[in-house]
Amino acid sequence: MKIDNSLPLEYSTEENRLKIFGFWIFLGAEIALFATLFATYFVLVNGTGNGPTGEHLFKVPTLMLQTIFLLTSSFTIGLGINAMRLGSKKAMLSFFVITLILGLGFLGVEIYEFVEYVHEGATIQTSAFLSSLFTLLGTHGAHVTLGLFWGTFIILQVKKRGLIPETANKAFIFSLYWHFLDVVWIFIFSFVYLKGMM
Amino acid sequence: MDYFDRFAVPHPSPAIYASMVAIGLTMLAVVVGITYFKKWGYLWREWLTTVDHKRIGIMYILSALLMLFRGGADAIMMRAQTAVPDNGLLDGQHYNEIFTTHGVVMILFMAMPFIIGLMNIVTPLQVGARDVAFPRLNAVSFWLFFMGAMLFNISFVVGGSPDAGWTSYFPLASNDFSESVGSNYYAIAIQIAGIGTLLTGINFIVTILKMRAPGMNLMKMPMFTWSILITNFIIVFAFPVLTVALALMTMDRLFGTQFFTMANGGSDMLWANLFWVWGHPEVYIVILPAFGIYSEIISTFARRNLYGYNSMVISMVAISTLSFVVWAHHFYTMGHGAMVNGIFSITTMAIAVPTGVKIFNWLFTLWKGKIVFTVPMLYSLAFIPIFTLGGVTGVMLAMASADYQYHNTMFLVAHFHYVLIPGTVFAVLAGFTYWWPKMFGFMLSEKIGKWSFWFITISFNVTFFPMFITGLDGQARRMYTYSESTGYGPLNMLSFVGAIGLAIGFALIVYNIYWSTRYASRNISNDPWDARSLEWATHTPIPEYNFAIVPTVDSTEAFWDSKKKGFKLFGGKVEKIHMPNNSGVPFIMSCIFFVWGFAMVFSMWIIAIIATLGIFACMAHRSFEKDHGRYISVEEIEETENKLRGAK
Repeated sequence: MKIDNSLPLEYSTEENRLKIFGFWIFLGAEIALFATLFATYFVLVNGTGNGPTGEHLFKVPTLMLQTIFLLTSSFTIGLGINAMRLGSKKAMLSFFVITLILGLGFLGVEIYEFVEYVHEGATIQTSAFLSSLFTLLGTHGAHVTLGLFWGTFIILQVKKRGLIPETANKAFIFSLYWHFLDVVWIFIFSFVYLKGMM
Repeated sequence: MDYFDRFAVPHPSPAIYASMVAIGLTMLAVVVGITYFKKWGYLWREWLTTVDHKRIGIMYILSALLMLFRGGADAIMMRAQTAVPDNGLLDGQHYNEIFTTHGVVMILFMAMPFIIGLMNIVTPLQVGARDVAFPRLNAVSFWLFFMGAMLFNISFVVGGSPDAGWTSYFPLASNDFSESVGSNYYAIAIQIAGIGTLLTGINFIVTILKMRAPGMNLMKMPMFTWSILITNFIIVFAFPVLTVALALMTMDRLFGTQFFTMANGGSDMLWANLFWVWGHPEVYIVILPAFGIYSEIISTFARRNLYGYNSMVISMVAISTLSFVVWAHHFYTMGHGAMVNGIFSITTMAIAVPTGVKIFNWLFTLWKGKIVFTVPMLYSLAFIPIFTLGGVTGVMLAMASADYQYHNTMFLVAHFHYVLIPGTVFAVLAGFTYWWPKMFGFMLSEKIGKWSFWFITISFNVTFFPMFITGLDGQARRMYTYSESTGYGPLNMLSFVGAIGLAIGFALIVYNIYWSTRYASRNISNDPWDARSLEWATHTPIPEYNFAIVPTVDSTEAFWDSKKKGFKLFGGKVEKIHMPNNSGVPFIMSCIFFVWGFAMVFSMWIIAIIATLGIFACMAHRSFEKDHGRYISVEEIEETENKLRGAK
């Protein structure tokens, strides 16, 4: 394996460069996936049937808490990658752990929110609006959940094998994924919650 | 025993029981055969665990041929049923199941894998690469497709076939109107295969954009590679829509959500829109590679370089863009108003422009060429006029107001068979014959090939041309029978006769494979067709590393230049080559996907959860695995090269 030392570790081999590029293409497909879910939501947002509307359901505190958790985690993973580029394994691992804890916090609030909705009689079966809402939020939440496992695996690998081209590449790709989930959340925040509360 | 009742076929007939027995016996014969010839180890080492793009390609093509015969059997049954008025061969329910599976199998499990198979074998060779960008992912793609196809195919003997059409429109496909698990099979089997296809899309975009031979810039790529690049972009942006649509369908059917329901705010129209937002690009996914195949073959056998290279590329890009903005033409009659219909009418007709450009480019390539009438060339030449007929009737259908007359008639059925058969099926048959010597080291018999060509081409027209007439006369599609007074009888009988001719043509192809495997000469050159692109520059059979030395390129036809103008293709010296290791995990993970899918179809939640955990365990295993591949040493390469050179 040829290692090009003039490039950052995560880009230093041919295989690494291919993987990063491939992951960008995958994110393109993910954009198409979430775009479809958003389109579905916009089509069905007024299809509330006999169930509650968004205005009735959405609460500011849980929304703000989730947003703060996720946006901060996007910042800390950025710091983690920065630390990785500086070659500081310890700082990088700490930032990754903080990121995952924030992600876990986000997920906890989201689950709490879902439970609240169900208590108010708003289930995924109640109306088309709620089906599309739960599916959109749930798909995002499932991505975060998967990310928690994936991130944990990467932390374990970096810890055991150190910062080598292979592990750095995985960590970098994971950070792209995590930032992407943050971008999706910004759209959810604006076009689902804010629009729904206005 | 109540637990097992769910697996019973809800609407059985002697034919289905006979197929059950036949499937059981075939599977038993395969297992006994492999055991008897002690081939399990070989099968596992050389095929089930392979990550070699050439072998994966061959497996794709084999599965596609298998599915061609499954879909073909469905087709013959439909034509037999409608051959005479008031026929009682099949009842309405069976007819519904058969046209549904015919559509799904032919599009998703025959046309697509056939195309993907050829693309697997040819694309890395054409760009001068040693394999695809992610060989292991490629194996995952294949096995997911394969397991999806198998899951779909067992539906008619376990639990019942889907019966709501290949478009599976709601509310027809909802639990209220489709009570059997058939539509669950549809949603989940296609989902599994679709994930595989999406991964293929990513893999080939990276391969083509990042792994081309030195000197091959984008505008020096062979036309087939261009068509594959564009196709894979369509795959990456269209397939997620299908993923979502099928997921919503699954949730509506299994978990009682309200996406496509008639009450509580749901919208059945949403399904039609989502389906065709994927579905229309999908038809270009199967037609653009066909255009690429024809471009290669026509230029090879006209002995001329391809006319209008730049306009070919631009028109393919234009077609791929337009393919995303025409979807509503599939349901003009659903009533979305004159404005919407008008816009979609215009975008649809606009597709005829770039397609017309391509037709003229092929004609100009032929102009003054020294045409050699080989089997691949015959298919390509037949394609041009027949496909044009399909295209022109497409423009007729594009006119929204006129479409109210044609909609849902046999005219539409004739139209899309006139584009898909000379378009995709002729192309894959041509490409299959053309690249066969590269894959297997001997040629298919030209004589038998020409017989099957004429059988297929003539019978195709005999089968489908009458449908234009009965369709304009008002014969609705998907009707299992009609009365004698309609007068559709004679033309439908003609279609049936044509269908038998088609069956003979395809049987001849199988006979050709058998005959040529036994008797064809193994003593062929690396470049038996005197072709123009890089896949012919390496040995036959192709060594696993494709090229001992990576070729250098400076024109669209570097290999041709190396033959005719003394261009030096292989400048460097032999170095050790890095290759990926085989792995059984893609196969095992896909088997678990099969179990997961089966459990989901029948709502067996505990098994589904265990299978889900199994799938994640495979992914976790991949994350922790240390697999650095292996190196082939210079001595080993030189030994292989000398052996291959000596064999000539």
